[in-house]
Amino acid sequence: MDIRQRYLSTKNGQPAQVREAESLGLGVRVVAEGAWGFAATDDLSRAGVDRTAAQAVSIARASALCRKRAVSLAPETRVVDRWVAPCRLDPFSVPVSTCLDLLLKVDAELRRVEGVTLAEAVLDFRHSEQLFVSSLGSEIYQVKTQTGAGFVATSFLGNEIQRRSYPNSFGGQFQTKGYELVAELDLVGQAPRIAEQTVALHRAAQCPSGVKDIILGSAQLGLQIHESIGHPIELDRVLGSEANYAGMSFLTLEKLGQLQYGSSIVNVVADATPAHGPGLGTFAYDDEGVPAQATPVIQDGLFVGYLTSRETAVAIGQPRSSGAMRAEAWNRIPLIRMTNVSLRPGQGTLEELIASTDDGVYMETNRSWSIDDRRYNFQFGTEIGWEIKGGKITRLLKNPTYAGITTEFWNSCDAICGPEAWTLWGTPNCGKGQPPQTMGTGHGAAPARFRQVQVGVAYKD
Amino acid sequence: MILTRQHAEEIFAQLLKYSTADETEAIITSTAYALTRFANNIIHQNVAEEGGSLSVRVVVDRRMARASTNKFDEASIRHTCEAALALARHQPPDPELLPMPGPQTFRGVRRFHQETAQLTPQARAETVRRVITRARKDGLTAAGVFSSGCFAMGLFNSRGLGAFHEETVSEFSVTMLGESSSGWAKKTSPNCRELQPEVLADRAARKARGSREPREIAPGKYTVILEPAAVLDLLGYLFSDFGGLAIHEKRSCLTGRVGQQVFGANINVRDDVYHPRQSGAPFDGEGMPRQRVALIEQGVVKGVVYARQTAHKTGAEPTGHGLPLPNEIGEAPLNIVMEGGKTSVQEMVRSTERGLLVTRLWYIREVDPYQKILTGMTRDGTFRIEDGKLQHGVKNLRFNQSMIEMLGQVEMMSPPERAAGEETFDMVVPAMQVRDFSFSSLTKF
Repeated sequence: MDIRQRYLSTKNGQPAQVREAESLGLGVRVVAEGAWGFAATDDLSRAGVDRTAAQAVSIARASALCRKRAVSLAPETRVVDRWVAPCRLDPFSVPVSTCLDLLLKVDAELRRVEGVTLAEAVLDFRHSEQLFVSSLGSEIYQVKTQTGAGFVATSFLGNEIQRRSYPNSFGGQFQTKGYELVAELDLVGQAPRIAEQTVALHRAAQCPSGVKDIILGSAQLGLQIHESIGHPIELDRVLGSEANYAGMSFLTLEKLGQLQYGSSIVNVVADATPAHGPGLGTFAYDDEGVPAQATPVIQDGLFVGYLTSRETAVAIGQPRSSGAMRAEAWNRIPLIRMTNVSLRPGQGTLEELIASTDDGVYMETNRSWSIDDRRYNFQFGTEIGWEIKGGKITRLLKNPTYAGITTEFWNSCDAICGPEAWTLWGTPNCGKGQPPQTMGTGHGAAPARFRQVQVGVAYKD
Repeated sequence: MILTRQHAEEIFAQLLKYSTADETEAIITSTAYALTRFANNIIHQNVAEEGGSLSVRVVVDRRMARASTNKFDEASIRHTCEAALALARHQPPDPELLPMPGPQTFRGVRRFHQETAQLTPQARAETVRRVITRARKDGLTAAGVFSSGCFAMGLFNSRGLGAFHEETVSEFSVTMLGESSSGWAKKTSPNCRELQPEVLADRAARKARGSREPREIAPGKYTVILEPAAVLDLLGYLFSDFGGLAIHEKRSCLTGRVGQQVFGANINVRDDVYHPRQSGAPFDGEGMPRQRVALIEQGVVKGVVYARQTAHKTGAEPTGHGLPLPNEIGEAPLNIVMEGGKTSVQEMVRSTERGLLVTRLWYIREVDPYQKILTGMTRDGTFRIEDGKLQHGVKNLRFNQSMIEMLGQVEMMSPPERAAGEETFDMVVPAMQVRDFSFSSLTKF
């Protein structure tokens, strides 16, 4: 696997980070004596590769000291293929000076607004070239280019720090595409609005505490999906593999096909296929050589599918992996990871949704996120909110938070906006595994409404 | 093969042949690391990696950039140098950029243990097998990791600065799972002999047994006893604010609070890489010697840490806490040592009329950056205390708690120890008894 990354950022009128990195190496995963072993090296000489393969086998034999039964894998067919993710404009071909000029224009627009004390903007590019070969005879060559872009305005006043991000927190929007994403985002054009909101938050009312209807913007809903649907459906968590670190899942096996996860309008799919869009979870084959699939997760509110691997599929009697095994880089084993876990759109616009809400809060852009280690109890905060009274936005609210229990929350969903309001967001920073791995995942969502949710709890004395 | 200082110097000499920059810096690293992971009473993941990196920073006409590679052959060194130069030339100059530092003198720290560097997968598996046997004896299921490895880092620049550090790392952590409860314990050390995996397994098993069939309690304010792992995972979200640049840019909760009595008078914290229970290199990301810095004295924000660049910008002296340049953050204290008290956790329990004992916290996130309100969950062993005794396990709770308020409500502390959690870097911290710790809801297990 050969990875190239470029990261360019500016802060308060100056370049902050201008750097790039390359990393080339090989990981070997084996089953020997019925147990797993893995070794990775950046020594790609014949001797280095031989030594690493032998080390992987030696490690697998050590694993066999603590095994119950031999590893068993769901069958797969041999694949020889090549896939290159669509990329109209290679971000690495765009001159660094052009990129920095853009970021500095955004920076200037942000700082033009009085009260902005810190302006930060970023462009983040990643190119990976990967050859997967297996003893099954598969040879799969995949090339992916990812682009990320965004900015943050921060304002300190009195005893308060307020922050607004665009188009999302965690560095902005990320997709598996080229520099064309940057033009789509209109960073310079959006900067004044976001900067003004940042400063206005100091004068805004505190989000009230109580039980209210809430409407979540699509980016915040993307993270809600990630934490309260995406992670619970990872079958390795369900089976206990992550018990010591990332945790387990409330979605125990008897709930498959039985649990009413959400209301009847909630439909969720884990879709890695290019047809779903240029998400961070889009590929042609996973890192076990399994073709990308669209796996129904929730149908009409009913829980119907896990994310699986070849090994865990066998453990629950399913004939085939759902193709969700992904490794961060050449020096990490593949783990079950989210692909693009997306909420299907409903109908109508955000304006119509607000107009049909009597007493609620509209919340946008994540500020904090936390959920228990079985994914029941969550609490999120957003950067900004607006009070809704009688179907109208009445005032700006600062420090919005909401909390709930996963299944109760999804069962309270009574409206989802239509396809025109649906965005495939990229979450570039999903952590899992030991040693830790960071993975990009995709989450399509349109704004949605949830009835009678606890809000403002984080600030309640 | 782990990097030697001589090899690192040879790589830097090669780099200098190709660099046409005004100034050139290289950070050269090498790692050999292995981790054995177990769950469901079997080893299910078992990995090893080796590798290195050459990270080149150049300055051309006050323009700075960095490029990195993991290949040390001559062509890769040349290519990486050229990549850094190309990045640097395509940006506007930074009039405030300082020249790189010259030669420095470092206090040695010995943190390399041959036995840890050479620990085999077979030895780790044998230890895991004993822990699994221990779990089965109690009808429990064990999950955890046993890792070991070594790394070396050399930092050199064209002004003659040279720094080199090598260190070993090891970690054992274990979760014991019962039908309705779990317990957890973890330890890290540069020396694998200090881990005592079976002691940790016993502790985790006791917590799992003791918290069986946990009961619901009402959310609200409780006196809590936070074990050291819980303390450090909370504090990790506070000390990133003790950077000079964070305060200068008004993104720190200490903006306007330096020199003030912010915390309780019993709170004393310093950053001290030389503490015998600490780990890490005695130099920072620019090669400056790390200094001991008093951060909190008797509750007063006494000092913050400074990279060279921040110190220059703010009229302070650098403390050797800078991150590799270029970066947005500036600096951070990474070797926290908090003074403690003399009260053991058992004595704290005996002195608590009504409260909770918290083993570990999970998924902590910042809710408010200036009030420093954090939220998160308890995990793997939360107990009700009544009349000075542990009564029973309780279902896990969500907290929303200001760190500034919490460090004004500390009633008792244990002697400090090296603690490890999952949310932040290792620290030397005590267990604490804290009054009026605020829980907002509970979960279903």
